[in-house]
Amino acid sequence: MKEQTESVRRKKGHISYAKWGYIFILPFFITFLIFQFIPLCSTIYYSFFEYFRSGLTIIGPKFIGLANYAKIFQTDLPKYFGNTLLLWFVGFVPQIIISVLLAAWFTNLRLNLKCQGFFKTVIYMPNLIMAAAFAMLFFQLFFDNGPVNASLMSMGLIKQPVRFLETVGGTRSLIALMNFLMWFGNTTILLMAAIMGIDTSLYEAAEIDGATSNQMFWRITMPLIKPIMAFVVVTSLIGGLQMFDVPQILTNGQGTPDRTSTTMVMYINNHMYSKNYGVAGAVSTILFIVCAVLCVIVYFCINDEREPRNTREKKAKKEKRRA
Amino acid sequence: MRRKTTQVAALTLTAAMALSFVGCSGGSGSSSTAQNAAKESTSSASTEQAEGKVLNIWCWNDEFQGRFNTYYPEVASVSDDKTTTTLKNGITVKWTINPNEHNNYQNKLDQALMQQESTETDKKIDMFLMEADYALKYANSDFSLDVKKDVGLTDDDLSEQYQYTQDIVTSKDGAIKGVSWQATPGVFAYRRSYAKDILGTDDPEKVQEQLSDWDKFDAAAQKAKTKGYYMLSGFDDSYRTFSNNVSSPWVTGTTVTVDPMIMKWVEQTKTYTDKGYNHKATGLFDCQQWTADQGPDSKVFGFFYSTWGVNFTLEGNSLKTPVAEGGKEEAGNGAFGDWAICTGPANYYWGGTWLTACKGTDNMATIKDVMQKLTCDKDIMKKVTSDTLDYTNNKSAMTELANSDFKSDFLGGQNPLKSFTEAAPKINMSNNTAYDQGCNEAMQTQFADYFNGTIDLAKAKTNFEQSIKETYPEITEVKWPS
Repeated sequence: MKEQTESVRRKKGHISYAKWGYIFILPFFITFLIFQFIPLCSTIYYSFFEYFRSGLTIIGPKFIGLANYAKIFQTDLPKYFGNTLLLWFVGFVPQIIISVLLAAWFTNLRLNLKCQGFFKTVIYMPNLIMAAAFAMLFFQLFFDNGPVNASLMSMGLIKQPVRFLETVGGTRSLIALMNFLMWFGNTTILLMAAIMGIDTSLYEAAEIDGATSNQMFWRITMPLIKPIMAFVVVTSLIGGLQMFDVPQILTNGQGTPDRTSTTMVMYINNHMYSKNYGVAGAVSTILFIVCAVLCVIVYFCINDEREPRNTREKKAKKEKRRA
Repeated sequence: MRRKTTQVAALTLTAAMALSFVGCSGGSGSSSTAQNAAKESTSSASTEQAEGKVLNIWCWNDEFQGRFNTYYPEVASVSDDKTTTTLKNGITVKWTINPNEHNNYQNKLDQALMQQESTETDKKIDMFLMEADYALKYANSDFSLDVKKDVGLTDDDLSEQYQYTQDIVTSKDGAIKGVSWQATPGVFAYRRSYAKDILGTDDPEKVQEQLSDWDKFDAAAQKAKTKGYYMLSGFDDSYRTFSNNVSSPWVTGTTVTVDPMIMKWVEQTKTYTDKGYNHKATGLFDCQQWTADQGPDSKVFGFFYSTWGVNFTLEGNSLKTPVAEGGKEEAGNGAFGDWAICTGPANYYWGGTWLTACKGTDNMATIKDVMQKLTCDKDIMKKVTSDTLDYTNNKSAMTELANSDFKSDFLGGQNPLKSFTEAAPKINMSNNTAYDQGCNEAMQTQFADYFNGTIDLAKAKTNFEQSIKETYPEITEVKWPS
């Protein structure tokens, strides 16, 4: 045994396997550098400039310090940020509840649901449709003379067509509903993978100890899927803050009514009409910072038990010593 | 969706194949033209020899492409997928069509123009099309060429065109940068059967009497409402009738001035919406309800439309079975034949397409010929109008047709050219600016919320200011009429 490891070590001295590792991850870093990092830096750089097109004339770039930032904070930026978070939150809450529930049912050995493959495929299906196409579909369904209104009227539930897209609540609910439908399947499958990774002997032991299924869910399943949960929340939040295609298509790029469904990225897009790299860059930079900060907060909130546990253990050790 | 992607991929591949074939045939064609050139050398070979083999034309829909393929006398053949047209002199016309929605056409065009200098000659844009709302943006740039000095059209060529069609594309320095084959006076198109019910007559002259000013128009709207009809379809229907009659330009320096006429539109539309005189369609061409309202089953009395709107848009929308599905353009198919037009309460124009030669072109002779034939040639102009009802930009040809027994089946036998020839010379476009498109769009979209009752007038004004400053960062101030 010892000889073997030594021979491996000796070989390693001659041929560096680590080199291959670096070579394999190199393409990612090159692409990241060219298509993500450099644009990111230039976005931040240009956010300090006056730089746009007036007709076919390019104005700038002229350094103006923080004027772009001052300008967007004086206008509606906080409003659009609020819109974005609200739209994400309203869609995410039902999504995570339904997903946890479905994941728990699908993995429950006692329930042993039939046709799981079928259900999993069906709930994942909406995610396969392009967001833009999905939004277009909803637009067709819910517009004033659309099939939803027509069927509601023929059932006698309403007399006048409901103008879903002209009311704040209607538009926002539709956007949230779409995001929910598109992503709950994906989340369910992630959470199922997390639950299936839990050692079944824990459940068996709990059952022998007389734990109810409710107790098992809250005391075993939930704590053990926390890392995946953190991942789900963080990715969903990043996706939510960058929400664009669904409200853009549903409201025909206007963020109507009264700009209440205008998200941060739609706001950036508004500035691209005049190729306003300065202001759009400033909004992007703020979005980037907010994303980063929120993600760090969410990550530590959900993974906070590591530290308390350490301190708890230390305390216990200290107490032992004292004793 | 996937099917669509496959179709698009297939189309692209076919286009690529077709192009490569064209490339081959172009090669063999050039040798035969070289032989012919010897025979023709006396006539026009000297200019043709210097020309590039590809004429790139940029546009946003197939309207001009259709006119070109049908009426330009030099067309030899059109490829099956319509992406290219071959001319008799061997030049291939390559069509680049980018739809207009969300400024897409201008974005792509601007991008291409910026790279025009560094592009190889056969890929350079030779000619591009533009609309009135943003024509000055291009007319004031160096990318558009002077139709007289650079292209070589003479005053004589242009003498029969309506003055306003030249005003719209006249640059700061007074150069005419484009020509149009159409003049687009606006009219009010109405359903004949509804007119009988509401106004007691469907005769265009008598209907005009009852709609000749806004007070009468409002009274008619009231009557329409009591009979169960809508006077107009949506919010933006009457917009142009007001926005074309403003007393000052949208933008001077960095200040946007909202004209009192525009606020009259706001006032009228709010009243119509609250009283139920319109069908609350929001937006125009991308609004399904607006399109459906022009169909056979609608209860909408009429539409403010200009020349092209009647023959290009309204006619298609009014059919029960569309032409694409085998429907015929004849009475009995939907509302075909149940329409008529009158001048309406105000003179206005709407839309129109201008051809512009692009800086860096290597096909000047062909472009000159295209412009002459398709915008200045009286016989061709006359033929286009009698075939398609498109009102062409040639005063004498139009007057002749207006006084002839020309009639339109779609308009129930009416000769629409009478209304058009009366309205066309009254159009005054001295107040247009390069900002019109953005201002008009912002006005229509931001005030829709006000008409719907979601926000109050003050908020709508703030939203408009916000929106216009996003669109044009150089704008510093917005002035409202007191």
